[in-house]
Amino acid sequence: MDHMSPLERILRAIALALVVLFFMFPIFWIVLMSLQTNETILRSPPSMAFVPTFKNYAAIIAGRLDSNVASMSIHFMGNLMNSVILSVGSVALALVLGVPAAYAFARHKFKGSEDIAFTLLSFRFAPPLLVLLPLTLYFQSLGLANTYVGLIWVYQLICLPLILWIVRGYFEDISPDIEHAYRIAGHGWFATFRKIALPLAGPGIAAAGLLAFIFAWNNFVFALVLASADKQPVTVGALAFVTASGIQYGQIAAAIVMSIAPTLLLALWAQKYLVEGLSLGAVKG
Amino acid sequence: MSVQADMPVMRRSSRLSRTMLPYLLSLPALLVCIGILIPFGTAVYYSLQRYRMSQPWNRGMNWGENYLNFFTDPDFWNTLQVSLTYAGLTVVLELLLGLGIALLLQKRSRVNNFVSIMLLMPLMTAPALAALMFKLMTNSNFGILSYFMQLAGFQDFRWASSPDTALLTVILVDVWVYTPFIMILLLAGLRSLPTQPFEAAALDGVPRLEQFWRITLPMLSPYILTAALFRLLDSIQQFDIIYAMTQGGPGDKLMVFQVEAYLNFFQSTNVGRSAALLMILWAITYVLSNIFVKNWLRLRERARGEA
Repeated sequence: MDHMSPLERILRAIALALVVLFFMFPIFWIVLMSLQTNETILRSPPSMAFVPTFKNYAAIIAGRLDSNVASMSIHFMGNLMNSVILSVGSVALALVLGVPAAYAFARHKFKGSEDIAFTLLSFRFAPPLLVLLPLTLYFQSLGLANTYVGLIWVYQLICLPLILWIVRGYFEDISPDIEHAYRIAGHGWFATFRKIALPLAGPGIAAAGLLAFIFAWNNFVFALVLASADKQPVTVGALAFVTASGIQYGQIAAAIVMSIAPTLLLALWAQKYLVEGLSLGAVKG
Repeated sequence: MSVQADMPVMRRSSRLSRTMLPYLLSLPALLVCIGILIPFGTAVYYSLQRYRMSQPWNRGMNWGENYLNFFTDPDFWNTLQVSLTYAGLTVVLELLLGLGIALLLQKRSRVNNFVSIMLLMPLMTAPALAALMFKLMTNSNFGILSYFMQLAGFQDFRWASSPDTALLTVILVDVWVYTPFIMILLLAGLRSLPTQPFEAAALDGVPRLEQFWRITLPMLSPYILTAALFRLLDSIQQFDIIYAMTQGGPGDKLMVFQVEAYLNFFQSTNVGRSAALLMILWAITYVLSNIFVKNWLRLRERARGEA
């Protein structure tokens, strides 16, 4: 059944090439733009012949944007740092809170466990602004407005359900007999959890953590509503940068490349885990 | 010996743990839950109020008035229509494209694996940043896509700045970002299908197109349904792409639920209307998410059973 006519082979190859072109071209083009000066970007017709320059990246890293009119300072590196703090912090907190809870939901069918698990999952699907808008008013009175702690707590809205549901599935796949055997040998539940359950669910925890990191990094609306300029991650910072720098297209492109590079590289490095997590646990292996 | 000495202690602690441990373990998650349910309750309360931040003296309960007003409010109907159109078009386009690509990549080969890894890239790009990328590419002065349109004979194709093509532009960004998600899910589904029905059909000389309609599609349908529902849930709430691209403009062309509610809250400071809008969106997503979760769990059970 694997016999393909030469015509079909060619058509398939063309289709595949078109798919790759459509999905890769925007990234390719933005990278090219980031290596150009405004003069070559604004050429008409557009051309791929130019001498690459790293001036745009240098300007962003140095935090000074010099044009022939004036020079202004930019804080995009601060945005990058905020993204790192918020994403790493949220994933760490979500793992600490979520993995034990996932274990409890998987191993013990206790009263209300399904309800709690479903409530948490339903947050993933509810409109984020529904919670965020009242939170702006609460945060002000609680002193959490524009703090990393407040933001990391809100980021649990996306990170925690993800960790909980993916990791729970992995714990459910571990046979309870293995744990029973270990416990009969005289070990406490915590030792069992640490020595048996955690290592066996390791790949699932890695997949969930990775996915949570990417979702946190890519989040836009939480920080747009709850953070001022000094706490904003790259997603919000880039939008502000576009408004502020106006026509410095090369720098804008460089800022975008620097913002998307971490998640793209992470995805390349760990694509196997990612695909597993993204398939929603619907498919194993 | 020492093991025996430990036994009574262990037994007592295990009895305690059997009842209390699950609660203790899930307590933090529970607290986060409550922390989120409080603002949700507040939103319900606001939606029943006449509440403009600019007129604090005028604040008071008006019960269902915010909701009743929607019936005669053309802006509301515009929001509903734009949101549904956006969600419907993106999901249909992404399903068709995603299924097509999954079928192309179905056979495991080095080229196919490489392409499917490449396709992860758009999905890993933050939607708000993807919108900015397309904004640069559709700039009327130097945008490469505007240039392509010129070559194709559209002299003044203005993408997101024209009311006629704004929707098309944001849908393009959505399709670029999220088609790979559907592709990944359907590809996983395709590769997990049993091979016997296809071998039998091939032996019987059933044409490939008919195999697709009669075997592949029905067996894949649970995956298609799950993917479609999941995307529909996200897409009807789309905010990032539209806000980063045009903030809902030009005019009210792209005023989807969340963008409209955001602007109501922060620009016209009409908290009551904003909360009521979000409650309606929440009701829609609540129904959809219940159907989705049921489907998803059934799919997961099936995948477990076969594994």
